[in-house]
Amino acid sequence: MLLEQRARSLAVHAVLVAYSALALGPILLVVMNSFKARNAIFDSPLSPPDSSTFSLIGYAKVFRASHIVVYFENSLIVTMVSMGLVLLFGAMAAWALSEYRFRGSTALGLFLSIGIMVPIRLGSVAILNMMRTLGLNDTLTALILVYIAQGLPMAIFILSEFIQQIPMDLRDAARCDGVPETRIFFEVIAPLLRPAIATVAVFTIVPIWNDLWFPLILTSSDSTHTITLGVQQFLGQYITDWNSVLAALSMAILPVVVIYVIFSRQLIAGLTSGAVK
Amino acid sequence: MSNLRVEHLGKSYGSANVLSDINLSVDNGEFIVLVGPSGCGKSTLLRMIAGLDGVTTGDIYIGDRLVNGLAPAERRIAMVFQSYALYPHMDVRKNMTFGLKFTGVAPAERQRRVDEAARMLRLEPLLGRYPRDLSGGQRQRVAIGRAIVREPDVFLFDEPLSNLDAALRVSTRVEIARLHRLLGATMVYVTHDQTEAMTLADRIVVMSEGRIEQIGKALDLYYGPANLFVAGFIGSPAMNFFLGAVETVDGATARIVGAGFEPLALPADALDRGAKVTIGVRPEHLRIAGQGPFATSGAVELVERLGVSSFAHVRRADDKTLVVEVRGRETPEVTQNVTFRAPLQDIHVFDASGQRIDISKGR
Repeated sequence: MLLEQRARSLAVHAVLVAYSALALGPILLVVMNSFKARNAIFDSPLSPPDSSTFSLIGYAKVFRASHIVVYFENSLIVTMVSMGLVLLFGAMAAWALSEYRFRGSTALGLFLSIGIMVPIRLGSVAILNMMRTLGLNDTLTALILVYIAQGLPMAIFILSEFIQQIPMDLRDAARCDGVPETRIFFEVIAPLLRPAIATVAVFTIVPIWNDLWFPLILTSSDSTHTITLGVQQFLGQYITDWNSVLAALSMAILPVVVIYVIFSRQLIAGLTSGAVK
Repeated sequence: MSNLRVEHLGKSYGSANVLSDINLSVDNGEFIVLVGPSGCGKSTLLRMIAGLDGVTTGDIYIGDRLVNGLAPAERRIAMVFQSYALYPHMDVRKNMTFGLKFTGVAPAERQRRVDEAARMLRLEPLLGRYPRDLSGGQRQRVAIGRAIVREPDVFLFDEPLSNLDAALRVSTRVEIARLHRLLGATMVYVTHDQTEAMTLADRIVVMSEGRIEQIGKALDLYYGPANLFVAGFIGSPAMNFFLGAVETVDGATARIVGAGFEPLALPADALDRGAKVTIGVRPEHLRIAGQGPFATSGAVELVERLGVSSFAHVRRADDKTLVVEVRGRETPEVTQNVTFRAPLQDIHVFDASGQRIDISKGR
């Protein structure tokens, strides 16, 4: 009995370890090799940097040769503003759709969920035309608008599910207390949505930060490139500067990891315990 | 403090009628309990008074003010929920003051009200705690405190004790009764527990299937149930019913025969020959070797001994079960055949439509 349990737990852990290795391996390779000299990258790509192969040449080149700080700034601005607005509008829409019954609310809910099923990239040409017409071509605003549209459907979907788990009595109690509807949302409901908001934040940030497509078609100057697009300039058709690519990629990973660590603390459920029995 | 009036109130969801033609008048300072089985519409009625559910037809007046179109907060009511509904991310003090911020109560006054409510409910040591650190009883006291600080005209309670364990339920019940005396406030209280209803209420409103069956004081309902539903609902264990018919009327005496009891002579004032009737007798009014015109007998199947009294379950002649309360140390043996009697004053008679026939008063 006990043996069987142990065997099962071992098997599960084996699978998990294998998956983790598979997922973390490439990242580890990128980070490891970003600290090695060019020859060492090609000679022994799988070995960690040692005293003879250690080199910061990639980082030095990246900072010297490109506008990496600007790219970083752009990525941060686009990601943070998009995330903030997706969370705000997403939570408000989710609350409205699950709390109020109004004419067309079902249709509106369906309309918003279409975005989950249809990839926004299908509309690339139309988006490009629209941005040109609006004069938003080659601006961060264009990227932010697109990312909000991209992130909203999933945010509304996830947050609606969470909102439905919040006891109805809470909002009834707030109404009896004379709390205005907007304050009910921001001061009673939103604080209880923190775990959900953290989840949505992570789900929203990662694809925006990593996106190459929309910066590629919507931005054209160095001053509006994001980090993911910026890295591409080291990938040439004939020569690829691997030191710089790996160094830039390593740095690009960092903010996402930091953000994930920050939000994962909020991912603790059970915040509603004590509200109702 | 205020009175409350409900006139011809109805509620329907689509074609489903949840409440129909509810009329109720609650005096200033009165404690009214709405009681009934689940799904009878009592909670809906309470939520309509609170303004959380809309009115389909009819009017609600609080303090002679028509409140149909008013938001809950404008009705000057406060509601206590079964699930407590405390704000989980606020401490006890904040829970109580949160609503006051929006109704224009000055900070100093908020402070005073919270302190007073905390003293009344013995919540002082808990003011800095969060709901998750409180026990069920403490949470419910906080919820009541949150209602008190609003100084409402009418207090509404929606099954406030249902989530508490038995001992706590009794002590919190006493607490609520004490509060009512202290505050002298108008209170409407919903429960499915008849003990709560009987002990707390000035008047009880018995509801079933969206209708009011009877309104009255606890003992009026107990001794004079208006119909079969109230007779069966109030009292535990429930009243025993026997189907019968008026066989003959001879002068002032009617002879009623039916299954499960011996032919019964009753004053004939309100009884017609041939009328179908239901005879009801409470378990506690039947006595072994007792006196009275009503007699029934059967074999004892089971005896539940509770100490104060015992409940004998008896198989009647018409193969239904009869429950009899037996007091004292002597209880009948299982399989023993026993005859029980009840005096005239404890015999309830209902007509074919289930309405009470007052046999002593005439028609």
